[in-house]
Amino acid sequence: MQADQTAFRTMKDTPAREYLVSGSPLCPGCGGEIALKLALKAMGERTIVAFVPSCFGLLTLYPYSSMKNSTLFTPFACGPAAAQGIVDGINIRVEKGEIKDPRSKVLVLTGDGAAYDIGLQSTSGAIHRRLDFYYLCYDNEAYGNTGFQFSSATPFASATSTTHATESTPGNPLRKKDLFEVWRAHRPPYVATVAVSRPVDLLRKFEKASKIRGPKLFIALGVCPTGWGSEPRETVRVDRLAVETGIWPLKEAVGGRVVHTYVPRRRAPVEEYLKKQKRFQHLFSPKENRGAVQAIQNAVDSYWEGVSE
Amino acid sequence: MTSAKRMLTGNMAAAWGARSSNVDYVCGYPITPQSEIVETLAGWVDRGEMRAKFTNFDSEHSMLAAAGAASLTGARTFTATASQGLIYGLEMLYAIAGWRAPIVLVNVSRGVGMPMILQVEHGDVLAARDSGFIQLHAETCQDVIDFVMLGYRVGEDRRVMLPVIVNMDGFVLSFARERVEIPEARAVSRFLPEYEHPTPLLGDPEAPVAFSPTTTDGFVYSYFKHQLHLASIESKKVFAEAAKDFSAAFGREHGVVEEFMTGDAETVFVATNSYSSIVRSGVMALRREGERVGMLRVKMLRPFPSEEVARALGSARHVAVYEQNLAPGRGGIIYPEVTEALYHSPHRPEVIQSFIGGLGGTQLGLGEMRLMLKKCKASRADSRLHEPVLLFRKEDSDRLAEALRLAGTAPGTASAVRKHAG
Repeated sequence: MQADQTAFRTMKDTPAREYLVSGSPLCPGCGGEIALKLALKAMGERTIVAFVPSCFGLLTLYPYSSMKNSTLFTPFACGPAAAQGIVDGINIRVEKGEIKDPRSKVLVLTGDGAAYDIGLQSTSGAIHRRLDFYYLCYDNEAYGNTGFQFSSATPFASATSTTHATESTPGNPLRKKDLFEVWRAHRPPYVATVAVSRPVDLLRKFEKASKIRGPKLFIALGVCPTGWGSEPRETVRVDRLAVETGIWPLKEAVGGRVVHTYVPRRRAPVEEYLKKQKRFQHLFSPKENRGAVQAIQNAVDSYWEGVSE
Repeated sequence: MTSAKRMLTGNMAAAWGARSSNVDYVCGYPITPQSEIVETLAGWVDRGEMRAKFTNFDSEHSMLAAAGAASLTGARTFTATASQGLIYGLEMLYAIAGWRAPIVLVNVSRGVGMPMILQVEHGDVLAARDSGFIQLHAETCQDVIDFVMLGYRVGEDRRVMLPVIVNMDGFVLSFARERVEIPEARAVSRFLPEYEHPTPLLGDPEAPVAFSPTTTDGFVYSYFKHQLHLASIESKKVFAEAAKDFSAAFGREHGVVEEFMTGDAETVFVATNSYSSIVRSGVMALRREGERVGMLRVKMLRPFPSEEVARALGSARHVAVYEQNLAPGRGGIIYPEVTEALYHSPHRPEVIQSFIGGLGGTQLGLGEMRLMLKKCKASRADSRLHEPVLLFRKEDSDRLAEALRLAGTAPGTASAVRKHAG
């Protein structure tokens, strides 16, 4: 790691300037909000945010905006396509000599519904076209804004409002789609996962990406107290447990090569993470579903067995 | 005005419209019968004959998203699609209008499946009628090039700031070659000023902008929707001003409607798009036979020119609304708009009859014109709300009967292809 080249050594190096201001209409304890706050601190004032319907659709609410940056709210499926238009439009005007280069960056901001499901095609197109942009997906593992329905980011055994936990089914029967690998298969120059409990790692990843031209893609774990049934004050703790159990690996791929930026020395058992959340409550009461919990643990173990560093 | 005249297809004319308007940015995605437009533009850009950026997209939805967003940065943006593509991108049409992004989109009309077809029907463009786009419908290849330029002039006007659809008929016009005048750059620069967005999306921290924030209150939503409506209404006035300058610069007249021999006409045919040429020649033929007939061609479908329509039809006894679309459960889409325009007219025609034909590019000719005239004359005032008359030729009917026989289905049954599919 080139830690000596970074401006972010400890949390104290977090830029003081705020672009996502307080007083937003988001739920208390929103993990995604912290991720965005940190991302904008790293990206700075010349960031244009193209965002789509999601909880974060409430960040500009006429006549207010919670973001100091310029913003464009687009329909659900097309954030990356709108970003293409913004980047192309600005480049054309600079080339024609109509405007001075505004040195702006474009950040596509979506939840997992857009990133994993409905917007995957337009993202695929933008990555394939080598668009110079940032993509931040705050992944709260369901359609949070509409009442926590299943998305393809929903993990196995999570109850959602469209995958109910019953006697015969343990919530979602499917495994979470591996968006990191889907994105990486497009060979973007930079792709990473981040978690707000490791803010320095997050800031450094945005810093590293800022030196790279082309698609720069981030998936942030978005702890969602409202949907997950966790305590709002425990958001960072839940986030940390996701990292320490190995459920949420922190990694990046520069030019396609995957490197884990944090490897938990002794992984905590998955129960510690699952028990903090009502969406997994049915795995423990009224009686324990050992099989399902073990399946989650096995999937995590098998993932880390394949990690060489 | 000395300018180049060439034989161009409707699609080529659309490409020349974009090139003549000095567009900065072209968003492309192929679809029959539109592809020639983006192919042509891509070729010009690739060979350095046109100074613009061309980007290929992954769908019409993405293409339209980029087109609208680029327009907000202050780049003049052009795109084109047809049929399924327009419907696939329909959500974006509402968004682009709501963004108040004045792009020009050429739609090459084609029926909307299922069943799939490549030839013309106006169900595609009329499905976009309430999106907020201004709509100009072309009869000729020259119209296409003219409407693209007029589209930018009107759409980019600060009193309007709305996107524009220029519609042409698939195959019938898109692949028909006509003699077209390509405007001179000097005349264009007099007619069409540079595009300037008042608050461009550039990311300048000194001038941050928030486009289309969420509204949770009805009064805010109502305000923006009403603004959209007023801007669309205003565009008719702006179009009239632009048409005057257009005539001075290029010597061609354009109105929101065109009246042809309506002055003393007892029966007026209402038509749009390229089949207007057929109706026009039918009117001349019927005139030679002593019939007092005329045509009203509606060029601007949005905003709907109700006053002009009412004025043009006010002295007719019969109005035959001929249209090339069929809304199941309704009939023709333009018919109620014409009827509504006439309801408040002091001289309401005795008969307003709906006719539907030319679906999927089927033929229209003097025979159909005669039939429409006969039906109108036979109608009485109390028959105004009768069902639309579906025009269907004997030869087409015979061919259909043969197709149904081969499919093993008796004519008149609803699921004509069931046996064929099985």
